[in-house]
Amino acid sequence: MNPLQQNHLDLTRREFFGKSATGIGTIALSNLLNKDGLAADNDRKAIGGLPGLPHFEPKAKNIIYLFQNGAPTHVDLFDYKPKIQEMHGKPIPDSYVGNKRFSTMTGKANGKLMLAPVEPFKQRGQSGAWVSDFLPHTAEIADKICFVKSMHTDAVNHAPAISFLLSGGQIPGRPTLGAWMAYGLGAETEELPRFVVMTSVSKGTTCGQIFYDFYWGSGFLPSKHQGVLFRGSKDPVLYAKNPKGMSREMRRDWLDSIAEINNHKLTEFGDPEIATRISQYEMAFKMQASVPELTDFSSESKETLDMYGPQVNEPGTFAYNCLMARRLVERGTRTVQVMHAGWDQHGSVTTELYTQCKDTDQPSAALVKDLEQRGLLKDTLVIWGGEFGRTPFLQGNLKDRKKWGRDHHPYAYTIWMAGGGVKPGISYGASDDLAFSATENPVHVHDIQATWLHLAGIDHERLTYKFQGRRFRLTDVHGKVVTGLIG
Amino acid sequence: MKLKSFLYSIFAMLACAEFSWAEINFNRDIKPILSENCYFCHGPDQNKRKAKLRLDNFKDATTAHDGVSAIVPNDPDQSELIYRIFSDDPDEVMPPPEAKLNLTKAQKDTLKEWISLGAKYEKHWAFIKPEKLKPLTKRHPVDEFVSKTLKDSQMGSSPQAGPETLIRRVSLDLNGLPPSPEEIKNFIKDDSAEAYDKLVDRLLNSQAYGEKMTWDWLDAARYADSNGYQGDSERTMWPWRDWVIKAFNENLSFDKFTVWQIAGDLLPDSTFEQKLATGFLRNHPINGEGGRINEENRVDYVMDMTETTGTVWLGLTLNCCRCHDHKFDPITQKEYYQMSAYFNQTPIDGGGRSGQQAPNLTVPTQEQIAEIDEKTQEIQTISQRIKEREIDVLKEGPKLPDDQIWKVLIPSETNAKVQKLTVQKDQSILASGQNPKNDTYKIKVKTDIAEIGSLKIEALMDPSMTGGGLARSDSGNFVLTGFEVSITREGSKESEPLKFASSEATFEQGSHKISASYDGNPATGWAVHEGRTVDREHEGVFRLKDKAAAGKGTVIQFILRHDSPHASHNLGRFRLSASEKSDAPINKDKKIIDAQLAELTKKRKELNDRLNKLKGSGPKVMIMEDRDKPRQTYILDKGSYEKRGEEVNMGTPVALPEMPDNFPKNRLGLAKWIVSPENPLTSRVIVNRFWQQIFGVGLVKTSEDFGTQGETPMNQELLDYLATTFVESGWNVKNLMRLIVTSDTYKQTSKATKVSENETNYSLDPENRFLSRGPRFRMPSWMLRDNALAASGLLVPKIGGSPVNTYQPEGVWEEASFGKKRYSRDNGEKLYRRGLYTFWRRIIAPPAFFDNSNRQTCTVKPFRTNTPMHALYMLNDVTFVEASRSLAEMAMTTTDNNDLDRLELIFRRLLARSPIATEQEILFKALNRSREAFKKDPGSAAALLSVGEKPMNDKLDPVEHAAWTATSLAVMNLDEAVTKQ
Repeated sequence: MNPLQQNHLDLTRREFFGKSATGIGTIALSNLLNKDGLAADNDRKAIGGLPGLPHFEPKAKNIIYLFQNGAPTHVDLFDYKPKIQEMHGKPIPDSYVGNKRFSTMTGKANGKLMLAPVEPFKQRGQSGAWVSDFLPHTAEIADKICFVKSMHTDAVNHAPAISFLLSGGQIPGRPTLGAWMAYGLGAETEELPRFVVMTSVSKGTTCGQIFYDFYWGSGFLPSKHQGVLFRGSKDPVLYAKNPKGMSREMRRDWLDSIAEINNHKLTEFGDPEIATRISQYEMAFKMQASVPELTDFSSESKETLDMYGPQVNEPGTFAYNCLMARRLVERGTRTVQVMHAGWDQHGSVTTELYTQCKDTDQPSAALVKDLEQRGLLKDTLVIWGGEFGRTPFLQGNLKDRKKWGRDHHPYAYTIWMAGGGVKPGISYGASDDLAFSATENPVHVHDIQATWLHLAGIDHERLTYKFQGRRFRLTDVHGKVVTGLIG
Repeated sequence: MKLKSFLYSIFAMLACAEFSWAEINFNRDIKPILSENCYFCHGPDQNKRKAKLRLDNFKDATTAHDGVSAIVPNDPDQSELIYRIFSDDPDEVMPPPEAKLNLTKAQKDTLKEWISLGAKYEKHWAFIKPEKLKPLTKRHPVDEFVSKTLKDSQMGSSPQAGPETLIRRVSLDLNGLPPSPEEIKNFIKDDSAEAYDKLVDRLLNSQAYGEKMTWDWLDAARYADSNGYQGDSERTMWPWRDWVIKAFNENLSFDKFTVWQIAGDLLPDSTFEQKLATGFLRNHPINGEGGRINEENRVDYVMDMTETTGTVWLGLTLNCCRCHDHKFDPITQKEYYQMSAYFNQTPIDGGGRSGQQAPNLTVPTQEQIAEIDEKTQEIQTISQRIKEREIDVLKEGPKLPDDQIWKVLIPSETNAKVQKLTVQKDQSILASGQNPKNDTYKIKVKTDIAEIGSLKIEALMDPSMTGGGLARSDSGNFVLTGFEVSITREGSKESEPLKFASSEATFEQGSHKISASYDGNPATGWAVHEGRTVDREHEGVFRLKDKAAAGKGTVIQFILRHDSPHASHNLGRFRLSASEKSDAPINKDKKIIDAQLAELTKKRKELNDRLNKLKGSGPKVMIMEDRDKPRQTYILDKGSYEKRGEEVNMGTPVALPEMPDNFPKNRLGLAKWIVSPENPLTSRVIVNRFWQQIFGVGLVKTSEDFGTQGETPMNQELLDYLATTFVESGWNVKNLMRLIVTSDTYKQTSKATKVSENETNYSLDPENRFLSRGPRFRMPSWMLRDNALAASGLLVPKIGGSPVNTYQPEGVWEEASFGKKRYSRDNGEKLYRRGLYTFWRRIIAPPAFFDNSNRQTCTVKPFRTNTPMHALYMLNDVTFVEASRSLAEMAMTTTDNNDLDRLELIFRRLLARSPIATEQEILFKALNRSREAFKKDPGSAAALLSVGEKPMNDKLDPVEHAAWTATSLAVMNLDEAVTKQ
């Protein structure tokens, strides 16, 4: 049984039958929920969502997006190219550069010096995937994951590129992946948000990016589909705590009175909105219990906690958020977007990159293992990656190793995925011999978006929303499902 | 969701099938089908057009291609369109399978019938000027037009709501605040026929009206108190916000309201207020990200202004045309850039991160204005005393060698071309009367001085001058462009001009040297401005080339010219002296010898310093301005700033009426065109939004889109009646609001009426589009908060001023900005101001306004989605708990110790009515249980009573107070309390 349901069953017994309250709110709610399609059984049935969706049998019911904000360097972490090593310190041949646009920090790329990966690469597991020593834990799960090594995007700056990847448009204002999922597929629970976002940043990072709310916005979709940003504290949901002095029993009592009066009003006015109001208050009450239960890690075994690493008990860290992500999908949240900033290594591949990897590597791998151990991985798509890659050439001075860096690079980069119907243990697509351009089976942002939706049982061309006269979709007017990734 | 979509589908059936319209109307019945399914490939966008076929106008749709016509009027069987839409062949059927669009059988039949009737096209309804319709009956015109569509439904109108419901409804709609118990009592007591009209007038004249009307305008104007994006620096645009409140309260006609905001700066002799109004356009976000290219930013701002104007006044989705021709509306990409050319002329270059970027306007606050007045008054008084003292000093005779060296000249004749010159007791000359741009003075003095070596002019301060300075110019500064002196000795008729060898002054302003006053150039002269209103006296000394012999009875004539381009820089008060010595000293520091005078002057200097600081320290509002040299505008490929295409000129879309030749070719022309009575869109778009404010849904539901993809109004006659009446009334907003809320349609009860055995007017028409009942919907979050404050007596009804930081969960800003923005909560009355004044941080909107637009782009339609977040907020936020505590305190202190009276008061203040028996029973039971619980645990009572800053009333029994606090909070959370009904 879903731990949330167990929790409520306990609460119900304790609170509703153990005292003299009328419990009318609960009665009204159950009527309502039945009407709304939420059966009382323990099946995971969708609440809300569009008729006709999913379009076909989904492979992934949930998505956990481990978003690496700032763009991790594919050159140092995943995309092993011996030729870069050989060419270390030599200028990049013009034939690679062509007319390609770079950020204003690089300007023209011609003549820039190549920079070898900072740490050695090794082949890992049965599949022999190349993973750098930067990521020992990810290396361990190489056979469980699928590397997409031919990603490419249109944007060269962070905010537009992140917006593009998450919403299909570089300019803020379109619904993001999680919002589309919530809108199309509805919720598995109404006691937790359908789409949750958590953010973190490595301590001491010098990167200045902030998380804009349009990274989890619902654009023109109804605002209830927007991501709910969990705060990095023990009270992740705003206003979820009763006021001082108001016990949960007393709150229950008053909510029953409110519901009873509202029910009279419903009879008198006949406005179905009143029924919605009653159910909202009831859901709010349940959420007040679900959230503390959600954040209470005392039920986790020591083995599990250890797997996520030492920061797992610290709210606001990536490790904490990864474990929360598992607990959320377990309890029915449709999409979890865990965002970690600090990957913008313009001058810190030999310094801050180590911290970044240390903070994210172990928890990311732990999440995949943990989901697998609980049988959740087959239904959960885990995505790991950033908004673009980093240049195979150096930003900075070759003599000043401490300040070596790499600039933004949209022409080839790597992400990885696991679970949710993705083929494990493969590397899909490839970049050229300098990891400069995606050459073999290139995967564009719109293609990967189409693929994610496909795994969730959605035809990306048919999940649309009409706004300002146009039918909008996550993939704009592009995108092809990458069948080669699907198991 | 399912329930809702089910209801929608019933409604859709109802609209399409049950109410079959008498005849096919292109705009209502045909265009939505074509637009939705065909125009993407066969519409106005030439780049996307397939098979060269265009279906959005009669001519193209009926033209034969290779002998085949898509539409053959009156002959559906010969029409390729009909063949294709009915085809089963996947290679032939339209829309093609890959488009994933499907026509219903009914839609196909409608198209067929339309063609058989001649395939008549019509111009898009919203692009045709609305016609003034005359009501045919004596009924309220709104009711007459509503009844016309209502009779096509199965529903009838509803009876009038009770007086308590009505006063609450109209108070919320016009003031955003609940009525007070006294107001309710008075309204119910008043049984005159005009009682309701009087109520409406009172509400329209209340200051709260302007505040209520302003909220939606701020959403449309994407108003925020910070820039947005990385850094998110603060800005001070709030004087503009206060101007909006004032404009609504003073009922500034909406055409002026429009013109001022779009182009107030370009109006002839534009006023401070008109310039301030243009802050509207500068409310856009400013991107301060490192590495951003200035031009990229600048182009963003221009596009934002263009699109915001397009949405707010024209209901056009211009943003589609940034990158390509509009897919559905007859607006081309070129026309988009022609519109943008009007906004492309500002001196802004896109650089800079400040939220007060020039052009800007310094706006003193109310407090500052008061202090400025006070200080100005004090300076005037002190200047008068200085003047009087100077006379005494002069009378007392010379005190220093200097005074013997310099002899004050006594004017015998004073003339000015325009002003009146009068000789003062201290022999200074004061200019008064009409203040021209330029003036010339002629002064004659008689003197007995033996010879002349030097001459001196003292510029003296006077209370009648600007800021008590030296002239009546804007800065109290003068420019002396000519100083010509000649002498006539006694007995001689010859006058001899005097020539100067050198000169010096106590201060010279930049290139405005004193020598420029005798260089023969009328454009140059001596001036003394030091970057602030002139606040000290000066003198200039002219040394003669050759000493001039004078002697008894000599007449010296001075001509003082003020011919500079700086308007009204004419010397205000001055005194002339002469010395026999060529090296007579200048009083460089204007040292004052007389102790009393020195003291007074010092005091005046201090006051002036404070005054100047006050004037310069007000908030700066970014405003509009056009640069002198026009900037070229180009079509930008895909909207990208660096991909310039064809150059374009300013212009408005061809589909809309032409701009008259006599309109200026700038933003002002555009603004005038927008509010021209010929413009078919503006008045409709605006009245539709005011209607939306009241009924929750506009007469055109897509209030942001009046283009072909927007909704065709169900009741266009009503919309057009309101629009034309609005224009005829002189764009009188209060009249329009009055017209709407005095209709029977508005006054209907919002209770459901049974239509049939299983149907009510709610189930048949969930959104109340037929208006068979009064409006009923949840109040927006800002109104929930304002209401709680008002009902509990906490509200501080102060209008305007700098934004406030009210209760907010800890860490919200800090987390969003990685600790760079720290939230510092205000105290005292700032916690209880209306939501309008809450500081709006653009990257993280105040969480209290959970359902509002985030003010990042222009938003003209409210989001009214319901989530548990609303419940959590209202049950647990400090604001509501504190308001409940305060309301409970009011109930306990103003009534006898009687539960019913107390509950009565709480109900009156929150719901404008008394509790019925069932409610009393339910609530008293819960109240008693809470009493028991708090009695058992007095600690929790104390804890509940400590929420919020308001001190606890320790005269009250905490258990009782806590129990009533819980009761108030529950009543505040009733559906009825959060709903306007």
